[in-house]
Amino acid sequence: MTEVFLPSAEMAYSTPDAQGFYGPYGGTFVPETVVPALGELAVAYEEAIADAAFLEEFAYLLHDYVGRPTPLYRADRLADAHRLRAVYLKREDLNHTGAHKINNTIGQCLLARRMGKTRVIAETGAGQHGVATATTAALMGLECAVFMGTEDIRRQALNVYKMRLLGAEVVPVSDGTGTLADAVTAALRHWVERVEDTFYVIGSAVGPHPYPRMVRDFQSIIGSEIIAQLEEKALPPVDAVVACVGGGSNAIGTFYPFLRDVPVEERPLLVGAEAAGLGLETDKHGAALSKGSPGVLHGFYSYLLQDEAGNPLEAYSISAGLDYPGVGPEHSYLKDEGLVRYESVTDIEALEAFALLTRTEGIIPAIESSHALALLPRLAAELGEDATVVVTVSGRGDKDMDIVREAGLGE
Amino acid sequence: MSESRLTAAFRKGRPALVTYLMAGYPDRDSSLEALRAAARGGADVIELGVPYGDPLADGPVIAEAAKVAREQEGGFGLIHALQVAEAFTADPGVEEAPPLVVMTYLNPLMRLGLAEAAARMREAGAAGVIVPDMPPEAGAAWKRVSEGLDTVFLVAPTSTEERIAVVTAASQGFIYCVSATGVTGERETLALGLADLVGRIRAYTPLPVAVGFGVGTPEQAAQVAAIADGVIVGSAVVKRQRDAGEVEAFVRELAAAVRA
Repeated sequence: MTEVFLPSAEMAYSTPDAQGFYGPYGGTFVPETVVPALGELAVAYEEAIADAAFLEEFAYLLHDYVGRPTPLYRADRLADAHRLRAVYLKREDLNHTGAHKINNTIGQCLLARRMGKTRVIAETGAGQHGVATATTAALMGLECAVFMGTEDIRRQALNVYKMRLLGAEVVPVSDGTGTLADAVTAALRHWVERVEDTFYVIGSAVGPHPYPRMVRDFQSIIGSEIIAQLEEKALPPVDAVVACVGGGSNAIGTFYPFLRDVPVEERPLLVGAEAAGLGLETDKHGAALSKGSPGVLHGFYSYLLQDEAGNPLEAYSISAGLDYPGVGPEHSYLKDEGLVRYESVTDIEALEAFALLTRTEGIIPAIESSHALALLPRLAAELGEDATVVVTVSGRGDKDMDIVREAGLGE
Repeated sequence: MSESRLTAAFRKGRPALVTYLMAGYPDRDSSLEALRAAARGGADVIELGVPYGDPLADGPVIAEAAKVAREQEGGFGLIHALQVAEAFTADPGVEEAPPLVVMTYLNPLMRLGLAEAAARMREAGAAGVIVPDMPPEAGAAWKRVSEGLDTVFLVAPTSTEERIAVVTAASQGFIYCVSATGVTGERETLALGLADLVGRIRAYTPLPVAVGFGVGTPEQAAQVAAIADGVIVGSAVVKRQRDAGEVEAFVRELAAAVRA
């Protein structure tokens, strides 16, 4: 797995640069207090990924603790329903703690421990990253505090309880709208204060350099496994690979190995699904790439939902994991370069996709992942019935039971 | 090269008082009155904060003031803040107006366009700008278009020698020394090692060093004045900003303490 972390200069796709820029996007836009810590982190990360022992321990924990590799499952009844030749589901929902988030928290907590930090903090929206961080902190004996908006605490009571059971402190954030963006700000502020002994485990491919790259690298196990599993099954090349995009960690983890290892003429269509919420024509959505404009938020430059004066706007989605006003900088670069296509999916489309997968395959996906599944009918119409599509199912839907019940599914 | 207006404000043979006020808080006219009150009270430099929706470096007092300012009818952002600045520099109400430094986060500058923002700041009579989320390495594009404005960078207690060298080389007007890790706001005691940090900065630059974050009382201001060229007081002034009379009286008290 070393090659995932050490891209060579000959590779056609090689990002970011030494300053953490993906084209114009990314970078480090933070108060001076944390600049030295970020520099230290970047150096420590480079050292860690050059150390075979670090990579071995990461691989070992992903295998024996997280339960990887996750299956690439051929969902025949779902394919039939969409009149596609085949649909393969990358089952990140089968990871320990039920989502892809733990791939990254294992990586970052190993790094925290290696750097001698005794305490980790994290932000969380739906609670999946918070639970994954609390789980990993328990595994590694690290003190853990998770910042969570008061509105999200209300919406995700079960995950709050889980984090506390795991020994983490859940810090309520009542600023702003009490959701993910406010939790990120609160965690960053706290980090500014406790930077000496504390490691900030960012949950998505966002934030100042080196976070977007680190998160991508730790998550790229998803795409690397897909490529290996397609080879193992001796399948013809697939036509499209799809993932949902909030901050964009499962999507970049899925896409990056295809961008890096598959020549452009053999590369499947890569499609990201953003949250269109109540519709792109309303102001209730989370589609930074489709409807935003470039700006700085949370320490990096990327597409952003913002007002005329440059204030970040509140994002909305039925899924707490996709209601973030920004998006990882590498996605902004991939959009501008035309290397990945980004579409948006409404709450209703996501709910329909959720119901269909549940009924045809007996798999209950997260509402976030349902946004990716909702692209299948469009891809079927575009690519025809001979097409094969891979969808990353980033997490399981247990956490969303209240939301889908409120929406009237299963009545 | 002649000394900048900003640097000159610290060279009066005694420590300088820098006070921060939030533009548009609680409304446009009140903030303009508060600026004049701070000038009458004896502020040597005034920092004018631009209300922003994600004030990463600010504590609860300044964050709340920004929120109130932004939520007034019609909104309140960089353009409006510069209108307040212009009204103040045109008619400061004192004979010798203290130079004005605009304190804004980076995204409002980007949204307006860096060149356009710089032009408007010059027109408004601002002497300089502080952008807390723009470290020197991220400031090249701004530096290219901001001629005539001093760009002040910050040194933090966590800054390494290497960082202090980078920041002091890039900074213009003065060096903003952050006294403590964390966000803006009053603290009960001043950080240990502050004098040492100021000394380390002085080894790299002849520019004045002003200390901010956590200075809230005349006593603390006097302590800081004993070791630095300037004392920056923010949250404690903003807390009184609804009443210009209170601002003037408090700034007078601070100025007396700094100059004692």
